Amino acid sequence: MTADAPQKQDIASELKKRRRPGESVIVGLLFAAGALSIAITIGILYELGTESLLFFRDPLVSFWGFITGTVWQPQAGTFGIWPLILGTLLITIIALTVAVPIGLAAAIYLSEYATQRVRGFFKPVLEILVGIPTVVFGFFAITFMTPVLRSIFGSSVVGFFNVLSAGIVVGILIIPLVSSLSEDAMSAVPNSLRQAAYGLGASKLEVSLRVVLPAALSGIAAGIVIAMSRAIGETMVVTLAAGAAPRNFHIGEDSLFGYILNPFQGAQTMTGYIAITASGDISYNTIDYNSIFAIGLTLFFMTLGLNSLSRRIVKRFRQEYE
Amino acid sequence: MTSRTQIRDQSAYFPTEQEYDGLLRKRTRRALVTQGLLMLALIVAVVALITLLLTIINDSFGLVAQVNQVEPEEIVASAGYDPAEVAFGDLSKDELITVLQSGVSNNVGRRLERDQRFYEDRLVFETQEKWDEVCASSEPPAGCAGGSRDQSNLLLLVQERIVEPDIVATATLWQSVSNASAFENAVQTSFAENPDRYGDYTYDQVRYQWRAWFSWTFVTSPASATPETAGISTAILGSLWLVVVTILFAVPVGVGAAIYLEEFAKPNRVNDFIQTNINNLAGVPSIIYGMLGLAIFVRAFEPITSGSIFGADAANGRTVLSAGLTLGVLTLPVVIISAQEAIRAVPNSLRQAGMGLGATRWQTVRSQVLPIALPGVLTGVILAVARAIGETAPLILVGAAGFITTSPSGPFSQFTALPIQIFQWTALPQEEWRHLAAAASLALLVLLLILNSGAVILRNRYSRRMQ
Repeated sequence: MTADAPQKQDIASELKKRRRPGESVIVGLLFAAGALSIAITIGILYELGTESLLFFRDPLVSFWGFITGTVWQPQAGTFGIWPLILGTLLITIIALTVAVPIGLAAAIYLSEYATQRVRGFFKPVLEILVGIPTVVFGFFAITFMTPVLRSIFGSSVVGFFNVLSAGIVVGILIIPLVSSLSEDAMSAVPNSLRQAAYGLGASKLEVSLRVVLPAALSGIAAGIVIAMSRAIGETMVVTLAAGAAPRNFHIGEDSLFGYILNPFQGAQTMTGYIAITASGDISYNTIDYNSIFAIGLTLFFMTLGLNSLSRRIVKRFRQEYE
Repeated sequence: MTSRTQIRDQSAYFPTEQEYDGLLRKRTRRALVTQGLLMLALIVAVVALITLLLTIINDSFGLVAQVNQVEPEEIVASAGYDPAEVAFGDLSKDELITVLQSGVSNNVGRRLERDQRFYEDRLVFETQEKWDEVCASSEPPAGCAGGSRDQSNLLLLVQERIVEPDIVATATLWQSVSNASAFENAVQTSFAENPDRYGDYTYDQVRYQWRAWFSWTFVTSPASATPETAGISTAILGSLWLVVVTILFAVPVGVGAAIYLEEFAKPNRVNDFIQTNINNLAGVPSIIYGMLGLAIFVRAFEPITSGSIFGADAANGRTVLSAGLTLGVLTLPVVIISAQEAIRAVPNSLRQAGMGLGATRWQTVRSQVLPIALPGVLTGVILAVARAIGETAPLILVGAAGFITTSPSGPFSQFTALPIQIFQWTALPQEEWRHLAAAASLALLVLLLILNSGAVILRNRYSRRMQ
């Protein structure tokens, strides 16, 4: 037996050392699949970057004019991005005004109040809302929301293309996002907190609003930031319902509430501009073609910034309970 | 004891029993009202969903006011029947072919015959020599393959070519059901007030008819420039082709990446970076992926995506392949993340058992982990595909053709897709197109419903197995 022992060890070490070329190839391929995602990111950055550079090199364009200008008129050679950002922000704010209260209330109800049966009914409804393509929401905005708004506020006040209709529908679109992320945050709150509050004689409402909600606040905030990033990147609803005219403005000259922030008139967004400009047979290497990449780059950084902000909030949140 | 006396001394702070009841009632009431408000939020979400669906259905069916070039009754009468007794739809195939022969030019007839023959055994518009010659050519038309049109197909042809309905006004389902006469009056008034809008038509020619914009004919007809005959078969086929390319790209790469990250990756900087990067990619707006597709697949890879290096003769890189790859890249993060979750859900004991028996890591993954994770992975893939089918913005960027009537036949074909069709029809001002957009939306939702039910069935089977 003693003579066998070193032999066994040899076999073991030999097995350990034995190369398996087939498997290394497979693992290599799997790694390549994982690394492809980095290539995609580099591809996005490279394309957006180089085409934007071409845009800014154009004699008609100045970088300073682009980031400070309040008139976007490609035909006239004026490229100031603020009208497009204004359209995007108006719609995002309206969307959040709709989605945050509704989504948050729905999340509180589902997480703190709902019985299994109620959850079983409402959760699928929210899931169906998530699954509906945005172009269908765009159709809904034009054929339902806009006519309804025009009949409420009068068709002389509300334009056929208007920011309000697009904003409300984008809001409906992100309700499920707000509610599911907030619900996750609230169900992550330890039960001991709830029980402690009940033990002190708090009612269910007081537990939900004064204990669970503040404890989950950072998670909820992260969810709202994600929803905001989603609303900024949303394309089809705004392209169909908010119109194709950038809301050019001059600070000081134009009335702030009558024109610049007026929700009843149309305003093109960043995504809307990209979609409309690209939907014609766009020819390469023109200033129009390059301009969509400059806007795309701005959009990319805005959403990336919001997404990392939300991740940072979540990270802080996790530390609180571990 | 002192504290107790103190409280007694402060008895002014304690409410009397009556006040206490009042406060309690107030508190309960506030709780109930707030609970109601919270519930209301969910109800708003449900109402929004129902309104959305009703809006689509409302526009998918309804009355139309149309002017027929030839009235169906006249056709019945010309076939020798009493229109009061025989309906247009009851005419036989032979009678319909006779109607068609007398109504369309020989050229049109020949074209129809080349699409599909009228009879198995004889030709109606073509001569035998010409037919043999055409079928012997290098690209024989579809009709040469044999098979003949049936009565319902001819009925459609006669509708389209002879009756040629021209829709002048439309009503929604609700208008048609609740108050059809109001619609008829509105059309009449409109004719009286602006006759110019209707060209040569007079109100006497207007016929009211029920029209299902969403119908089998609609789903199976190709795109068309006239709303009366437009269908979505081209768009559906385009969407299906895109899905095939998307799956072929995203599933192997996505599942591979998920296996790597879950089973092989050591927690080092590179792998952490890959994981963070994937999470970041999942949050990039879809239109950015469209720009990536436009710049890389359509433009930089044009020789490949247009198929010119494979000998295909596509004009440019705006093909099924480019768009499918774009959607593939777009869905990749979703596929990876859901596949990771499915793989993570496989109990560790299985891996340990496999390795304990001397299997290598890859052998364990291949024969233990993957089979168990498969239903979960598939569910994720189906949901990702469902998302890809509804994506519109990236397809606009990579140049889905606005109007094509030929179905895509391969990866190097030009294409259009269902959501693109909905987008374009919604953007048109005339009412008829709005109804078509509604019907196409309905078709898209049905398609998604089928896919999602598949995912739910898989999920249920999966959870049963794990128990």
